[in-house]
Amino acid sequence: MSKLGEIISRNEESIRTDWMKNMTSAIQRTDLMSKTEMQEQSAALLKAIARSASASQSLDISSADWTSVRELLQDMSGSRARQGFSPSETASFVLSLKHPLFTTVRSEMAGNMNEMFDTIWSATELLDRLSLITSEAYMVTREELISRQQQELLELSTPVVKLWDGILALPIIGTLDSSRTQVVMEELLQTVVATNSKFAIIDITGVPTVDTLVAQHLLKTITAARLMGAECIISGVRPQIAQTIVHLGINLEDVITKAKLSDAFALALQKSGRAVVRVGNASGATGSPLPGFAKEG
Amino acid sequence: MERIPILRMGPFLLITIQVDMHDKLALQLQDDVTQRISEWGSYGVLIDISSLEIVDSFIGRMLANIAAMSRVLGAETVVVGMQPAVAITLVELGMSLPGVRTALNVESGMELLYGTLGVRPWGTGNDGNEA
Repeated sequence: MSKLGEIISRNEESIRTDWMKNMTSAIQRTDLMSKTEMQEQSAALLKAIARSASASQSLDISSADWTSVRELLQDMSGSRARQGFSPSETASFVLSLKHPLFTTVRSEMAGNMNEMFDTIWSATELLDRLSLITSEAYMVTREELISRQQQELLELSTPVVKLWDGILALPIIGTLDSSRTQVVMEELLQTVVATNSKFAIIDITGVPTVDTLVAQHLLKTITAARLMGAECIISGVRPQIAQTIVHLGINLEDVITKAKLSDAFALALQKSGRAVVRVGNASGATGSPLPGFAKEG
Repeated sequence: MERIPILRMGPFLLITIQVDMHDKLALQLQDDVTQRISEWGSYGVLIDISSLEIVDSFIGRMLANIAAMSRVLGAETVVVGMQPAVAITLVELGMSLPGVRTALNVESGMELLYGTLGVRPWGTGNDGNEA
């Protein structure tokens, strides 16, 4: 093992030049990373490998001797994942070191076949393990990214808007699952307290399907709001959804449901003792601007 | 022994729960409320739980029980000021308190009670539920 480290340290410069030269454009991705940055990374990685290989007696890269190499690779792989490299491009960066390294070992140990084979074998094993670490770090970074985006999506998708003094609307877009319901429910109840609202309109126009689970989540939210003293109205029930609800036998009898948000808003206004009236006597105007609104002189 | 005070406001009882309810206290409250309703002939009970931050199924059942007992004695019960976390907990426990009326705060709770009696509390108000 120490022999490999020796060879790398002795030929560091030539290996690095060779490495950079043989690196295909697919691995370099000059559109994502500059050539000098790539050269710096390669030099740092090669130096770290040489140092660890000389210090360590074994190929066990989980040992303390290899800590610096591991950290370096994890950093590189993480930043590549964020920059938009593909996993194979990231792993090939490490694997492409094989060719220059083997060439160097071959020229150094030309006389001794057995020793050369051993050294090459340990080198290939080492690089394989390092590339596995790289892939793993890439995955970890990606997963972090995905879970963060999921969280952001959750927060983004639940706006509670105030329609009028004491009337809130909660337009739900997308499927309601348990974790989303939790966020929606908390958000709605907090806003009910903060704005002292008596009515909350839950608009489900943007919910693609309503099954028993979604209905149960909706009912939970409505019950919680009722316990706090706010009344909920469901609006935006599409014809297909109305059919589904009846076919599934979901009991929404204790809940006020309306086809349109405007109907629900009109009802909430009416229940809070308000009416929308037309100003002046606009000639030719027939009916109130919104259905259900009281028309007063 | 610790007790939750019951205030008399005209024809109504006002109960403000400001300490963590434990089981003994809850039972004592049930006793006291029924006692007071029959003693003072109250028409309504208003329970303010805005300071209550922890509930369990026992407290939930106690609220439902007080409401049911009051109804038997001819008084309406309104629970006001429930915190979001408390509401969520009760729903998750499967207690939707079907027989209990609720309101956002003491003011709207009072208005609700006056509404059931058909008497306006402050004469000129125009923001009630019964409009």
